[in-house]
Amino acid sequence: MIAIKDLSVRAGAFRLDGIGFEIPTGKHGILMGKTGSGKTTILEALCGLREPIAGRISFMNKDVTHLPPALRGVGYVPQDRALFQTMSVFENIGFALELRGVPQAKIDSRVHELAGWLGIENLLHRSTRGLSGGEGQRIALARALAAKPDVLVFDEPLSALDEDTRAEICDLLARVREHSNATILHVTHSKSEASRLADIAFLLADGKVERM
Amino acid sequence: MPITASKTSDRVFLAGLTVIGALYLFLILAMLLADASFTTPWRMWEALGSPEIRYSIKLSLISCSITALISIWFAVPIGYIMSRFEFPGKPVIDAILDIPIVLPPLVVGLSLLILFQTRVGKWIEDYIAVTYEIPSVILAQFSVACAFSVRTMRGTFEHISPRGEQVAMTLGCSRAQAFWRIALPEARRGMLTAATLAWARSLGEFGPILVFSGATRFKTEVLPTTVFLELSVGRLESAVAVSLLMVIAAAIVLMIVRIFGAPKTI
Repeated sequence: MIAIKDLSVRAGAFRLDGIGFEIPTGKHGILMGKTGSGKTTILEALCGLREPIAGRISFMNKDVTHLPPALRGVGYVPQDRALFQTMSVFENIGFALELRGVPQAKIDSRVHELAGWLGIENLLHRSTRGLSGGEGQRIALARALAAKPDVLVFDEPLSALDEDTRAEICDLLARVREHSNATILHVTHSKSEASRLADIAFLLADGKVERM
Repeated sequence: MPITASKTSDRVFLAGLTVIGALYLFLILAMLLADASFTTPWRMWEALGSPEIRYSIKLSLISCSITALISIWFAVPIGYIMSRFEFPGKPVIDAILDIPIVLPPLVVGLSLLILFQTRVGKWIEDYIAVTYEIPSVILAQFSVACAFSVRTMRGTFEHISPRGEQVAMTLGCSRAQAFWRIALPEARRGMLTAATLAWARSLGEFGPILVFSGATRFKTEVLPTTVFLELSVGRLESAVAVSLLMVIAAAIVLMIVRIFGAPKTI
């Protein structure tokens, strides 16, 4: 479960107060809102990338409000994918496991398992440069899933894709929801994405989050 | 108001731009050609054979390389902090970091000289002789060159999105690990540019070295000092030979930066 209660968070001069919502364990929660409404700010607070001024964030009933990002167990897929440019696709996907000291054989096995599942086996030994939007998104997804996080956070994962690829990745996100036990917070401003994927949906407008 | 655009006006405009650009380009090339035509390769080789000039070449190469390395060690953390963090007094620190770039070179040298006359400076001199010794050459070069490296590294980190480091932190990295594993490898071209620029800047440094290190042969004489000393005793040929050597070094540095360096950082 992702639970946010009375959260106050600031990004420069922009500030949100009294933000609260819950996504039950294993459900795909969608947070909608116009550009500039503060969706990404909430998401960054959830990941531990932005220190809240007040309030509480908990995952599976564990308070993570002041935990560093590394200890939160979040798989984060940012809008621009942010693949590591100096690593191969394989190294990108295996990065979280390598940090955890997982033996190389197990890293190999997990990377190949994810790559097979996401249809990117042929890309594993390529550099991350010159990939298509869909390929980049699959790799970012595999990288986020590798360490089997309890919480997955998607920041507008389909916004930079063409229509065909968007449908493909949308199907893939639905499969992620079915195959992983992670609780998902998915930020978007697309109503079709929300209606296709959401178990529970929220709208962020005028600094308040309301259930849709 | 009637529209006045025409192909003729476009041509006049472009011709104007071309003429202004060509004039400056001509000045640069004319200077280099004048230097090159003043001497022959053989006479240049002969001039470079003198022990004094060989010493200054050696000292220049070694001191510039040490300065470039030290500059990178300072420029990477400073550039990273200035590009990634907001903190009180940042504009003031930003301005201070640019002081060596805008300060007249002689003033840099004088300031260093005075610094080493203070209690702290004298305490350092008790352990290691700096003023008018080889360390003063490196310190004088570093004082100015590092500011250019800092600017380059700051630009480099500003071109690298912090998002990669943020993702790395969610995957299990501490901030330091994210820096070493993600930001620094992505900044390697910028580091090469910063080091190369520091090296080139140090090679041409003269004012601070003249004041802080003196111009003693076989001691603190670097290539610009050689040009100055040779000119002052009327050996124009030797001065030109050393100048051409510095032109060649500058050309090599420019090529390295253009081929391997980070785009849009200089």
